[in-house]
Amino acid sequence: MTTTESPAPLPAGPGTPVAKTDASGPRPRTAKKEGGVLNVFSHGVLIIWAVMVVLPLLWAVMTSFKDDSSIFGSPWSLPDRLHFDNWSRAWTQASMGDYFLNTILVVAGSLTGTLVLGSMAAYVLARFDFPGNRFIYFLFVGGMSFPIMLALVPLFYVVNNMGLLNTIHGLILVYIAYSLPFTVFFLTAFFRTLPTSVAEAAFVDGASHSRTFFQIMLPMAKPGLISVGIFNFLGQWNQYMLPTVLNTDPDKKVLTQGLVQLAVSQGYKGDWSGLFAGLVMAMLPVLAAYIVFQRQVVAGLTAGALK
Amino acid sequence: MQHGKYRFIVGFLAIPLGLYALFVIWPFIQSIYYSFTDWTGLSPEFEMVGFDNYTRMFQDEIFWKSLEHSLLFALVLPVVTIGLALFFAFMINVGGRRRRGGPVITGVRGSAFYKIVYFFPQVLSIAIVALLFAFAYNPDSGAINSLLRGVGLDGLQPLWLGDPDLALWCVMAVLVWSTVGFFVVLFSAGMASIPAELYEAALLDGADRVTTFFRLTLPLLWDTVQSGWVYMGILALGAESFAVVQIMTTGPGGPDYSTTVMVLYVYQKAFRDGQAAYATTIGVALLVVTLAFAAIVMRLGRRERLEF
Repeated sequence: MTTTESPAPLPAGPGTPVAKTDASGPRPRTAKKEGGVLNVFSHGVLIIWAVMVVLPLLWAVMTSFKDDSSIFGSPWSLPDRLHFDNWSRAWTQASMGDYFLNTILVVAGSLTGTLVLGSMAAYVLARFDFPGNRFIYFLFVGGMSFPIMLALVPLFYVVNNMGLLNTIHGLILVYIAYSLPFTVFFLTAFFRTLPTSVAEAAFVDGASHSRTFFQIMLPMAKPGLISVGIFNFLGQWNQYMLPTVLNTDPDKKVLTQGLVQLAVSQGYKGDWSGLFAGLVMAMLPVLAAYIVFQRQVVAGLTAGALK
Repeated sequence: MQHGKYRFIVGFLAIPLGLYALFVIWPFIQSIYYSFTDWTGLSPEFEMVGFDNYTRMFQDEIFWKSLEHSLLFALVLPVVTIGLALFFAFMINVGGRRRRGGPVITGVRGSAFYKIVYFFPQVLSIAIVALLFAFAYNPDSGAINSLLRGVGLDGLQPLWLGDPDLALWCVMAVLVWSTVGFFVVLFSAGMASIPAELYEAALLDGADRVTTFFRLTLPLLWDTVQSGWVYMGILALGAESFAVVQIMTTGPGGPDYSTTVMVLYVYQKAFRDGQAAYATTIGVALLVVTLAFAAIVMRLGRRERLEF
């Protein structure tokens, strides 16, 4: 990036002479022309990228309704008829139904746990002074930049020794632990922005610390919880690396691993249409949820990076 | 608020901190320790071997390849992704036609639509995206080559993932495809908060759009760009590159180690080859690379914070 050296960050009035500009007056014609050309150009570029994003997804949806021979013979032709049997085959024979169930169980448990434990830790770190507060905060936040794979090698044996390998609850606990850094980071900042007076009033009225937290502070923190909840939901629903290492029992597989497993085994069975149906099946609920909750999802996913 | 304060603090912190220490901190510390042993991971016995693993690593040709590819990921991916995203975001927010009586700087029509569509890949699992593109890249029956044949480019039928010179770039393209939208939305939010008067002043001074972008938009957006840069680099060194390389490439990491990355090599050494200690050694190298990357970007990008 050359811009790192750009000296004058602001176009400070006369200090920025632009060589080719005739500075002697307004230039309505050229300005308008430039705007028009730019408008066509920007629409062109933007549409090309939109097509590049949507086309592969539409292609996958279309392919999931075709039979195997036409998938390979003519990848872009429309299906001769809608082969819904691909979908039912994927759901039952290829155990997509089980993978969905496993994923729902894991994410339901880990998301609840992440939000409860994350907000508890964040609240204490944001609102109470005690020795070691900063240290614990940075311990949590530091976890965001470490390569998880490094920890996964010993973690496999830690989890194994505890008898948690290839179990749903083991996976839930690990998901929670690895979601805590961002959750604590985000919610600590959020709790700091909340007014202190309400909590103090509750405390004066005789509410205990934990009652103040659960009945006063948590409801006030709802917007932050929703943002970080969406962030964690997508991260945990889409998680691939953790289950690949810690969850190798075929019956316990989650959606992402199940699909990859399916892709590998289809090499022998040759049911590619079923695999595409599975892929689309896994894609659609998340895309649908995104389109419905579009504003919240975007806010949730970008909130962290903007801090 | 002193009454029972410490009991409350301990009560609230114990479980999250305990879980975090057990599953995250402790394994990290163990990893560094194991990198000085000959532990296989298959049996509980091991001995200290000093720096043997590190000497071995420096002589391991595949390690150097994986390091090279990881560094390439960390350098190329943020530049391409953030560059494209800045360009799109600028077009969306500033590229619009000036309407009579409207503000000087306007977004294009349908900017909300573009932002929604561009964000699609971000909500999908990288594993699903990788599978999808593995099919699209298939040289015989994949969507891309068949599209090329369709437009008459029969001569141009690359092997994509099967070509050692091309495979790494194919994998990177998938990561760009799936992450650009996130940054477009992120930068759009930043650009929308830049006051319109600044743009008007720039236009009055005769600045064209390119100058406006480099002299006004980019400097005011710099903090966001910088944190996006670190975020993208960490992704490119870690989980995302693991998923795409492991799922898409033959081997995985092939053909002929042309796509292997450090994070994949750690995984293979530990869980395929039963060389857990050596795997943690490569993991430590990955940790050093990641931290160095973050430190360099923060250092190079340091500049005065602009208030507006």
